[in-house]
Amino acid sequence: MSNLVSGPHTHARPTVPWIMGQVMLALVPTTLFGIYLFGFPALNLFVLTILTAVFAEAAGLAMMGRPVRPFLFDGSAILTGWLVALTLPPWAPWWIAVMGGLFSIVIGKQVFGGIGQNVFNPAMLARVMLLVAFPLQMTTWINPIPMFSANAPSFMDSLAITFGGTIPHLDAVSSASLLGNLKTELTLGHKVPEILIHSHYSIWEAFNGWTSGSLGETSALLILLGGLYLLFRKIITWHIPVSMLGSAFVWALVFNLINPDRYEGVDFHLLNGGMILTAFFIATDYVTSPATPVGKIIFGIGCGTIAYVIRTWGAFPEGVGFAVLIMNALSPLIDHYTRPRIYGRLRSGAPIEASK
Amino acid sequence: MKLFHFRGGVHPEANKHHTAHKTIRVMPMPKMLYVPLQQHVGAAAEPQVEIGQHVLKGQLLAHSQGNISAPVHAPTSGTVVAIGEFSAPHPSGLPVRTITIEADGEDRWIECNTPADPFELDPAEISTRVGAAGVVGMGGATFPAAVKLRLGMRSDIHTFIVNGGECEPYLTCDDRLMRERSIELIDGIRIVMRALQPKNTYIAIEDNKPEAIAILTEACQPYDNITVVPVPAQYPMGSAQHMITTITGVEVPADGRSADVGVLVHNVGTVVAIHKAVRHGQALISRIVTVGGGAMTEPQNVEVPIGALLSDVIEFCGGFKEKPARLVMGGPMMGLVMPSLDVPVVKGTSGIIGLTLDEITPKPTMPCIRCASCVDACPSGLVPLEMASNIRSGELEGAIKFGLVDCIACGCCAYVCPSQIPLVQYFNYAKDELAAQQRAKHKAEETRKLVETRKQRLDAEIAARAAAAAARKAAKAQKASEASA
Repeated sequence: MSNLVSGPHTHARPTVPWIMGQVMLALVPTTLFGIYLFGFPALNLFVLTILTAVFAEAAGLAMMGRPVRPFLFDGSAILTGWLVALTLPPWAPWWIAVMGGLFSIVIGKQVFGGIGQNVFNPAMLARVMLLVAFPLQMTTWINPIPMFSANAPSFMDSLAITFGGTIPHLDAVSSASLLGNLKTELTLGHKVPEILIHSHYSIWEAFNGWTSGSLGETSALLILLGGLYLLFRKIITWHIPVSMLGSAFVWALVFNLINPDRYEGVDFHLLNGGMILTAFFIATDYVTSPATPVGKIIFGIGCGTIAYVIRTWGAFPEGVGFAVLIMNALSPLIDHYTRPRIYGRLRSGAPIEASK
Repeated sequence: MKLFHFRGGVHPEANKHHTAHKTIRVMPMPKMLYVPLQQHVGAAAEPQVEIGQHVLKGQLLAHSQGNISAPVHAPTSGTVVAIGEFSAPHPSGLPVRTITIEADGEDRWIECNTPADPFELDPAEISTRVGAAGVVGMGGATFPAAVKLRLGMRSDIHTFIVNGGECEPYLTCDDRLMRERSIELIDGIRIVMRALQPKNTYIAIEDNKPEAIAILTEACQPYDNITVVPVPAQYPMGSAQHMITTITGVEVPADGRSADVGVLVHNVGTVVAIHKAVRHGQALISRIVTVGGGAMTEPQNVEVPIGALLSDVIEFCGGFKEKPARLVMGGPMMGLVMPSLDVPVVKGTSGIIGLTLDEITPKPTMPCIRCASCVDACPSGLVPLEMASNIRSGELEGAIKFGLVDCIACGCCAYVCPSQIPLVQYFNYAKDELAAQQRAKHKAEETRKLVETRKQRLDAEIAARAAAAAARKAAKAQKASEASA
């Protein structure tokens, strides 16, 4: 009975593994949909990325002399691998999965000292590294070919795609992503409305996800569903998703109003690419985002704005990954300037004047 | 009435239903009573009885010394059998000076000095009587009540808040007190009002105690300057600062006291003790204690003489149903782990809570994932995760920057932490370190002063000696010249 422990002697129930589990639960709909939409190669990619991440985590822990079991089962490595997989082109070869899993855990997390210590979001770090290093594989987008449908690859076919690195009839099954296509066409002097008609852009498909894109980023609807679940469970707060999507919304609206021939509309920016997934699942990463509500809003606005700027004027069609990393780097600074005011003190730290 | 919000706070499971409906039982007098001389904030009391001396119930055992202190009194009549060291009700179990009394079974009161009409008493006389009765803050802070009253009289108090918040889980001693002793409570309130002359008096009760609210609303009908205010059940509502903010919307300055903003807060138990002290001249020698927790056979509220051992109280309540995983004095949020059952109940003992393993939900500590739940939960606007990481790396200055000295140790941060980091323990450690550093600095300063004074004295002595020698020489020379002349 005699143990020198301070209060409290009771705890709220949530634990780290529970939180990670809830996030994974929220990712289930969009993940299942992505695997269904892109078939067995997507499943291979998903499993492989997670296995590599978990292996890398275990190896890293062992090398640092940390207890492997409790940390491995906190679920954070699985979640990181999961998120990396969702941002990959669904038929990417095995080594993209392995490099993504390794890079996110080893460079993104363990070299900083493990869970809670990293500056950058591991999944986004891996995504950006892969995009810069392997632009071809990272921009090979597959049209929806649902599992078990006529043209879908069988499981054996999928092994050839994943491990053989050859996609049969590539031209028939792939197309540029909307974001990529738009960027190319704009440089050729075409106008946004024409490009969208030519590339058969449909708001409804962008919303429900029946379109090409990263494994888990196509269905805004299902991601939104998962995001709302996280809000409902109080795993995340509204600040980052709302401010990130809100700022992208405002920029898209303003520039689209100024010149609709040059700048895409609001729906295009919000529903395509990684915008929604990032807003709910990646920018909200506890470790790499600010701690206070005001800080979170600044962070979200930064993410949304930088993503919009890169998409609109940058060299890359998709900018959310870069946006998150840049804002990750600014998080400590944001935290420094957005500390809550201490009870009985002014923002400066000086005691308040007694007011009777 | 318009209420104000404070940031943060948590809503732990209240667990008050086990005891809230049960009438307070009075515990029979145990044979031996162990009365520690330090049951309050400030200097320990100084014994003024001798071993072997027979004392009456309510008789002064040890008087207060210094500005901030409180006396202690005999909880029953009997013989002083020891004045020495006895285990304190503190996690360390370290011994403190304690007077041990063997009860004679007669429980005979000393003659009490009762005023004809307490409402004729001078305010200063009221605080003197409260001080003489050894009344201290019974919500757990144990600050001498008379000192607070005197401070209040000097500061022109406009609002007197009677704290019936009782936000700690499990505890219902204040709830039962408000329900069963409303007449005494109102009388105590009116006595304090006589001393302070506040414009407004509020009895603030968390809205999870509807019966107490109803009873007291009824009881203060005749007094239109006393208002019962239901406040939201939100831990740590019972913290005086946060209660002041809830009711008045004003914050207490970080370097000040509540009196500086014209408010004075007393716990309901303290006010009833003030009533007994002033109306009946009785010292504070017993209190109501919630005996609870999943390990208790018969959770209930008991009126316990100060100095009774925890083992006596628990035995009276039917003992343990199972061995408690943790025995806590106070509530489960801020209470102290008890080293054994052989420590006495003191004036600040609001609860004796035997928690089962399931109730304390112990889990291994994991690294911080910066989820910032602690930042959201902190009612004082601190950044616990940054404080902890600074303390871990030995950066006390850094921890202070994030609010170490403003921490009220309420435990909200550690309660919500999904990594089960013992944040309060970190902060207690750092506060201790800080105090030690300040003591060392103070000591070095004092030493430097002493050395300087000594040097000045020695220099002065040398100068004086030299002057004397010079004077003698001069006198001699003069004599010689006179002689030669």
